[in-house]
Amino acid sequence: MSGVRSAVAARSAGPVVDESGRVTLAGVGKRYETKRGPVDAVADVDLEVAPGEFVAIVGASGCGKSTLLRILAGFEGHTSGTVEVGGAPVRGPGPARGVVFQDYGLFPWLTVAENVRFGLRQQRWSRARAKQRAAEMIEVVGLTRFADRFPGELSGGMQQRVAIARVLAADPALLLMDEPFGALDALTRTTMQHELKRLRAESGATVLFVTHSIEEAVYLADRVVVMAGGASHGAPGHIAAIVPVDLGDERDVNGPAFNDLERRIAALVHES
Amino acid sequence: MRAALWRRRIGHGALGLGFVALLLLLWDLGVRGEWVLLFDIKMGFLPAPDVVARLLWDFAFGGLYDDAYSGTLLEHLTASALRVLAGFGLAAALAVPIGVLMGRFPLVNAALDPAVNLFRPVPATAWVPLVLLIIGFGSQATIFLITLSAFFPILLNTIAATREVPPRLVEAARMLGTTRVGVLMKVVVPAATPGIVSGLRIGLGLGWVILVLGEANGIDTGLGSMIMLAREQVRTDRVVVGMIVIGLAGFLSDRILVLGFKGLFGRRPLVRA
Ligand SMILES: Nc1ncnc2c1ncn2[C@@H]1O[C@H](COP(=O)(O)OP(=O)(O)OP(=O)(O)O)[C@@H](O)[C@H]1O
Ligand SMILES: [Mg+2]
Repeated sequence: MSGVRSAVAARSAGPVVDESGRVTLAGVGKRYETKRGPVDAVADVDLEVAPGEFVAIVGASGCGKSTLLRILAGFEGHTSGTVEVGGAPVRGPGPARGVVFQDYGLFPWLTVAENVRFGLRQQRWSRARAKQRAAEMIEVVGLTRFADRFPGELSGGMQQRVAIARVLAADPALLLMDEPFGALDALTRTTMQHELKRLRAESGATVLFVTHSIEEAVYLADRVVVMAGGASHGAPGHIAAIVPVDLGDERDVNGPAFNDLERRIAALVHES
Repeated sequence: MRAALWRRRIGHGALGLGFVALLLLLWDLGVRGEWVLLFDIKMGFLPAPDVVARLLWDFAFGGLYDDAYSGTLLEHLTASALRVLAGFGLAAALAVPIGVLMGRFPLVNAALDPAVNLFRPVPATAWVPLVLLIIGFGSQATIFLITLSAFFPILLNTIAATREVPPRLVEAARMLGTTRVGVLMKVVVPAATPGIVSGLRIGLGLGWVILVLGEANGIDTGLGSMIMLAREQVRTDRVVVGMIVIGLAGFLSDRILVLGFKGLFGRRPLVRA
């Protein structure tokens, strides 16, 4: 995993702090014009995420978590406020902001290796370099034996590993993950959480991670953003609270401090 | 596992062949007994299966009757297959790209959709008189009719398939750095391939259907022309032989198309099973 940040370092001007992973949301709102009138999916979202920080987003269904991530990814525009990543406004999707979807979004007609190479080739890496980098990334996620398989031949956990390898290959400054482990069984999910923790430490990318599992959020994140509201609540989705997770690097999901924090966040999710 | 699978396959094969044998038997009995069936089908007017089999043999290899058609199957089949291939190829070359553009770009769709809906309901049979007047008898008219009829199923299947491309795959490609234009070739076409292949199969099948219509006039080599001539000469046996050969040719060309694509794609899941 040498040189993971090399591309990022090259992108940024300052040698000391790499700012390309900084996320700045100020007064962000998204209004959908529907047949039954305008719907505010989210409104007045202010959030600053430091480079390399891991922020989890939790909240009831429909409170605008995916909307926020999709705006950051550049899949959708926002209708008010400013959205900046690395100090530049987001204009459409791009490889500096890797997205991991709950349903993987792998290309079924490409092998694992080809899926991981895909983005690099699109970014005009040479065939040889892309091949080598893909092989490295596939090894990092432990799928070397499956490099020539097609996604349809892999389990959900393995497919999600491929999806993670494919975005990390391009060394993104920001990783956007929308319920990435939501479709996995409990055991696979735990393994994937461990792996993500390791990969993220190696990559140093900023991570925004949407989940319905408060335990997962507390286990992985530096801060947990609790969102509330949503069209069905008659109020636009917004940030209700931001909870720092001061549990150090080694977190015991059964420890009292961990459980306390989990309960506090659960209360915040339910009352809002 | 393997053995059980094969046993089942062989069992199913035997069942299918058994049914065909039963139909042949009924055909034979019906002809000999001069049955009159539903729709006033007079089985007595049909040639018996063995008569047809002998004529088919003679058509293929000669040596039995020594008439104008003896041993000419390959010649007629080739002439017909080339017309089907030309018409189908032209239809595919036009319909697939137009379909992809119509499926993905609302503006292109808005521009072309009314014209498509205007022409599509006009059946090939209704085109024949006009085609004979403005093109004239012959191969070109046949190929034109085949192109025309194969075009629409390929187009509609391509449009539907490109519209059904999961938006998630387009997002994934865009997020990985693919340009808007690149997405078309890198994602839309491969993702739509199973549907496009289905459209091609329907189009190719229709090509053989329309062949008989096209070859009915002013052509002397071809399976369709043979059938039409045999009808004028009241040679039911030769009509049936022509039908059988066209049926087999249509079946084989479909197999070749599917196996060709499978060979091209290897293990990639791009053709429906
Ligand atoms: N295209 C759209 N048109 C109208 N309203 C929309 C559209 N997309 C999303 N919304 C609304 O925006 C709100 C936020 O949706 P979003 O998908 O972001 O919620 P979420 O927090 O991700 O929910 P979940 O936990 O179920 O994934 C919802 O109330 C939804 O109805
Ligand atoms: Mg969501």
